[in-house]
Amino acid sequence: MLYIPGNNPAMLQQGSVYGADGVLLDLEDAVALNQKDSARILVSHMLKYISYEGCEVTVRVNHIDTPFGLDDLKQIVPLQPDAIRLPKVETLEEISRIIQVIEEIEDEHQLPHDRMKVHVMIETALGVQNVYDIAKYSPRIDAISIGGQDLAADMQLVKANDGIGIDYARKQIVMAAKACKIDVFDTVYVDTENEEGLRDEAEYIKKLGFTGKAIINPRQIEIVNEVFTPTEVEIRKAVKIVKAFERNKAEGIGVFAVDGKMVDAPVVQRALRVLEMADIDAEAL
Amino acid sequence: MKLKTKAQAGSFESSDVLIMVEPVEKGTGRKIELSSIVMQQFGEDLLQQINRDLDAYGMSDVRIIVNDKGALPPTISARLETALKRAAEMQTGTLK
Amino acid sequence: MKNKLQINIPEELAGIGKLEPFQGAFAKLKKGWMEEKTVPPPNKAKLPHSNKVCASLKEAIVKTKPYNGMTISFHHHLRGGDNLLVESIKILAELGIKDITLASSSLTSAHDPILPYFKDGTITQVYSSGIRGELGKAIAEGILPKPCVIHSHGGRVRCVHTGRIKIDLAILAASASDIEGNATGSHGPSAFGSMGYAAIDSWYAKQVVVVTDNIVDYPCVPQSVTQNYIDFVVKVDSIGDPSKIAGGTTRITKAPMDLQIARLAAQVIEHSGELKDGFSFQVGAGGASLAVAKYIRKIMKQRTIKGSFILGGVTSYGVDMLNEGLFGSIFDVQSFDAAVSSSLMDNPYHIEIPAGVYANPFNCGCMTNKLDIVVLGALEIDTDFNVNVITGSEGYVRGASGGHSDTASGANLTVVVCPSFRGRIPIVKDKVHTVVTPGESIDVLVTERGICVNPERADLKANLEASGIQVKDIEDLAREVESITGKAKPIEITDRIVGVVEYRDGTIIDVIHQVKE
Repeated sequence: MLYIPGNNPAMLQQGSVYGADGVLLDLEDAVALNQKDSARILVSHMLKYISYEGCEVTVRVNHIDTPFGLDDLKQIVPLQPDAIRLPKVETLEEISRIIQVIEEIEDEHQLPHDRMKVHVMIETALGVQNVYDIAKYSPRIDAISIGGQDLAADMQLVKANDGIGIDYARKQIVMAAKACKIDVFDTVYVDTENEEGLRDEAEYIKKLGFTGKAIINPRQIEIVNEVFTPTEVEIRKAVKIVKAFERNKAEGIGVFAVDGKMVDAPVVQRALRVLEMADIDAEAL
Repeated sequence: MKLKTKAQAGSFESSDVLIMVEPVEKGTGRKIELSSIVMQQFGEDLLQQINRDLDAYGMSDVRIIVNDKGALPPTISARLETALKRAAEMQTGTLK
Repeated sequence: MKNKLQINIPEELAGIGKLEPFQGAFAKLKKGWMEEKTVPPPNKAKLPHSNKVCASLKEAIVKTKPYNGMTISFHHHLRGGDNLLVESIKILAELGIKDITLASSSLTSAHDPILPYFKDGTITQVYSSGIRGELGKAIAEGILPKPCVIHSHGGRVRCVHTGRIKIDLAILAASASDIEGNATGSHGPSAFGSMGYAAIDSWYAKQVVVVTDNIVDYPCVPQSVTQNYIDFVVKVDSIGDPSKIAGGTTRITKAPMDLQIARLAAQVIEHSGELKDGFSFQVGAGGASLAVAKYIRKIMKQRTIKGSFILGGVTSYGVDMLNEGLFGSIFDVQSFDAAVSSSLMDNPYHIEIPAGVYANPFNCGCMTNKLDIVVLGALEIDTDFNVNVITGSEGYVRGASGGHSDTASGANLTVVVCPSFRGRIPIVKDKVHTVVTPGESIDVLVTERGICVNPERADLKANLEASGIQVKDIEDLAREVESITGKAKPIEITDRIVGVVEYRDGTIIDVIHQVKE
């Protein structure tokens, strides 16, 4: 997910060309306090004019308790981007209040309540403690994201970037997301020159179960995609498993072996997930 | 929309446009000063677009200075809207 | 009369003579010989033990007996660090010489200081492969009384062979020379590498002066130009600014857009069918074009492919690939970094070639005839795949024909890389302002918004689609660009022709009109 500062026309108009799966048009941390109105208006116009085809478009609004948050919602919700991202969500009370406002706006514009998705960002210790309750609050919440920089600040960590302080938070957030069966995105990697560092972090968080990562520079996209996109070997194996599964299902066999290894339902699920990540239509096999 | 003060929006960055608006006496009409790095190719387009947008706001008296660095149409409309709203002191949620 | 691209070419143009319209990239080559007569190189003589060394550049120029209406030539191997051309023109102007035809192999913004001499009748015509900066702007505004001639690198050699360019005086910078004029660019404090563009000047100019800041003991080795062609040798304090002549090493761009386009282009090349053992390769000196080399290098290592030669326009990146064993040799007509000069000196497989061997179409086979893959840039490209690399969005001359049409004609796979628009200016459009390379030479266009294959290459399209690469119709791409930027008004021009664009075979592929004030 490529983060694009909302007040920067040059970047906004080119957001979709870099091959990221999604773009995040940011009205929050990437925009100066005295340009919040400017960014809001610019992003609104861009959403209407630029086709971000091939990309999921998310807009990160300011928190509802800031002077800008409500205006952001009022202007952005009617435009119905693919998703709206709510930063610094800490409590169940907050998320229910915000979603209520969103739905009121949608009602005003005769829009359904389930088209635009909601992503929540957990960026404080309190938020981490409440993450499961927040995430399961509404079916329209389809992703949780961790804001590592803000979380490290909230936790008053001395070293913000070694990943150790926020490690528990990452795992807790992943768990909550999996319990709700929704996506979970990792935080930004700030050292844009360090390709190896990015790769290592991406591989680590993939193992933890994250389904995506925030990108702040288009150069990071290739590496993250490489890590998250299954290899040819993995894909071939997954195809084999899924095909075998279909064959065996037709004959009523639930558990079988592929290449000498037992394949049961969880293994098939993982194989289907691999195909999904590789953009291969399992039905078409 | 009634303009109360001078205001501007945008920047000098490439692909952006800096638009400054100023209220004028009723009856003065629209005074638009336009400079653009793509004046030859899009100067006319820019002028037409700004006038169209001003029509939509029902604004017949205003002074506008436009300094364009190759902004696309949505950017131009956005910066104009922002400048006008700032000039009309309509923006809640900005810090002056 | 209309040429093959339906562009109007006058039959004759004052200051140039009769013009032949472009009829196709291989219309003349097909015959296997050239009808135009070649001119003989000069016959000169010097008495034994003559002293060629002059105390100053002015002394040398005076000795060559300059006259009104003469043609003077330079090479552009000093790139942005050249001050020799400016000095030489100043001297000629001081001597009161007028009506000079300037035939530098290229002109950059380092040559802006000669603009006053365009205005006062000192210089009245320009032959060049490229013109930039103030000079390019002024020429488009119509400052010169005679139209300029834009030629390709290969075309320049042909021009000299046929006498279209008749060089009276060639002033050739060298980073090392002996007192007889054996000279090179491969070593010395101002080393610039290959002297490929200078060779033809040294063989055909009536008078040749070598200028260096570094006289070495006789004999100078290696020898890019040899003593039997050199009339005078001058030592100056500095031939130019070394930091602008040859930077240390060339870095691959970090611009995200260029990298994205390069990545896509590398994918196209990988699945084109042309990336296989023994392939030959040429890329540009920077931007997306050079960045493609970074991705190709990775793929070559992954798939253990070994190429045959690198051609160009060579940067230190090419040298790295040679040293890694990814390619067997480099044929170097111009060296862009200090690292390249030292490779040229030390590695027998890093071979200096003159411009004629590089790209002259009228011989038994220049190197571009053997090229497999070339990656080129573009200022504009139209829906017929014609490319403009010479005039900018305001109609000013600000680019170079260079080796573009030469390499595009010979390469099995010609890839053009460029963004689909820049700022608000469309690059992919219905008609380019000036055609330099005809669409028939272009196989595939790679932009950030789409990959377009020339309809003549159904095989290529099939290969790409089979590997899952989406191919877009170039008309659709042009429409898409227009829907984003809006429709640009065409540049306002007058009827006056201020320049002609030669195709490499000497026919005229397009003309440059004067821009309106």
